Amino acid sequence: MNGDLTPVRAGFIPLIDAAALIVAADRGFAAEEGLRLELVREVSWANVRDRLMLGQFDAAHMLAPLAIAATLGSDNAKVEMTAPLALGLNGNAVVVSAALHAQIAAVATGDPTDPAVSGAALAQVIAARRKQDREPLVLGMVFPFSSHNYQLRLWMAAAGIDPDRDVRLVVLPPPYMADALAKGQLDAFCVGAPWASVAVSEGTGRILHFGVDLVARCPEKVLAFRSDWAAANLRTMQRLVRACTRAAAWCAVPEHRGELARLLASPQRLGVAPETIAQILESRLVVAPDGSTRAHGGFFILDGCAALRPDPRHALWLYAQMVRWRQVEHSAAAAQAAAKVYRPDMFDAALTVHDGVVQDGVGAFSEPAFQADDLDAYLSAVGAAPIA
Amino acid sequence: MRILVVDHNAERAAVVRQALVDVGGYLVEVAPKAGDLLALLRTAQPDVLIVDLDLPDRDTIEQLRVATRERPRPIVMFVDQSDNSMMHAAIDAGVSAYVVDGLSASRVRPVLDVAIARFKAFESLRRELDETRSQLSERKVIDRAKGILMRAKGITEEEAYDRLRRTAMNEQKKVVEIAQSIVTAAGMLG
Repeated sequence: MNGDLTPVRAGFIPLIDAAALIVAADRGFAAEEGLRLELVREVSWANVRDRLMLGQFDAAHMLAPLAIAATLGSDNAKVEMTAPLALGLNGNAVVVSAALHAQIAAVATGDPTDPAVSGAALAQVIAARRKQDREPLVLGMVFPFSSHNYQLRLWMAAAGIDPDRDVRLVVLPPPYMADALAKGQLDAFCVGAPWASVAVSEGTGRILHFGVDLVARCPEKVLAFRSDWAAANLRTMQRLVRACTRAAAWCAVPEHRGELARLLASPQRLGVAPETIAQILESRLVVAPDGSTRAHGGFFILDGCAALRPDPRHALWLYAQMVRWRQVEHSAAAAQAAAKVYRPDMFDAALTVHDGVVQDGVGAFSEPAFQADDLDAYLSAVGAAPIA
Repeated sequence: MRILVVDHNAERAAVVRQALVDVGGYLVEVAPKAGDLLALLRTAQPDVLIVDLDLPDRDTIEQLRVATRERPRPIVMFVDQSDNSMMHAAIDAGVSAYVVDGLSASRVRPVLDVAIARFKAFESLRRELDETRSQLSERKVIDRAKGILMRAKGITEEEAYDRLRRTAMNEQKKVVEIAQSIVTAAGMLG
């Protein structure tokens, strides 16, 4: 039986939004699709990128902006990427040190979960520090091409803070964040679940914002493939998209949360206490060392087509952030290439092929099948003249 | 040329360092992990960075691609445009290299060659150890299965092994797999 399965290797970073991929591998969804899905836990996004580019991985759990940057060649090498599936939305949080939290709370006027309120307070703290001639605040994020970077910048820019001049933004791997905060090397950071909760449970920081406070539907990770690999292995790619989609639906069932938390907690997967993961799945997070909690249904969205179907507007929004923060030069061609990384058509094709009813999206009773991606071929097949 | 080797394996780092000193007389510093990599880079000012892929710190280095006031020459990942296999070899060996922008490939290649060779040698050493360990545990399982057979059938050790081997051949399995199923079955029945 095992001999008949198609092997697929995928890299992932220990984060809650790797759940669909992990569940696909560990709960049999991939095997049902005829895949032997081997997951490789990685320690850095750079490793994930390089191994996917070099073909050591067939697929990867990847930061959406990194997939876009690779496609545009604004990262290392220029390698075209394809994302037929989004691995959920949201899941980040902004964590601040106890000291910075106290300073913000002292000057904040209004609802502290309102980023306009906290941002204005942060601007005052920064101004006061400058007056005292103190070093700028240091804020951590996980990768230059990451929604974490753009969320922090969005928050600060809206309050009139220049993220390149008024603070220092540094990249740190998530497992180091809590420690750096405790040692005073960091004043705040933006990180994906469950690492904010880990920092809170260790007593080193408190959650100031859920990512959803800053961006209601923030694009995060995608299931990324090299475009040439996806073209050459279309069926396998579609199977993996289906397996992950089914796995995500399984994750969304409230009765499965206990098992899901245990599964993700295992040392080969996230390696984080199941209780920490459970609070994220319940959308109620401990936000401070005193145990106080905050609930928000949109903290992390994994289930449903609206979260999984890649929305090219998300790719374009990420591209726009790259342009805004001078990571890429804007051009019409680049914008188009960025939007094309997100492939809702491939998502649709993968799911409808499975249903076996409307492979072409229409399902006309007579041949030929409709070809949305090649109108001319379709037109000539039905005897109409294509564009001259 | 100044080289900084960031490796969580102190033993391997020492070997790489020695090899680099021997080969090119380079100035080599070693860091076990780069918790505060940015501060380390500020003091060490390396031209080449050799980084262990098992460390999450690579992402921090990725940030240094942008030139800043304090670092006018950005650090970029070393990619030899003329030779893609080098990148493969490096990643396979578990190592990556970053260089200050503008450093010529011909100067960096020998450094990376040495690092790849040493990382590889370490990897095969580790694999050998793993193999020896698993061979040892295989032998233990086979010995236990032989014991069980000898007691159950009243046969000699040689005969017991012969039965294991023949069954394995007939079922196209490894001897250790047959032995394991005997040990498991005996555990359940006993």
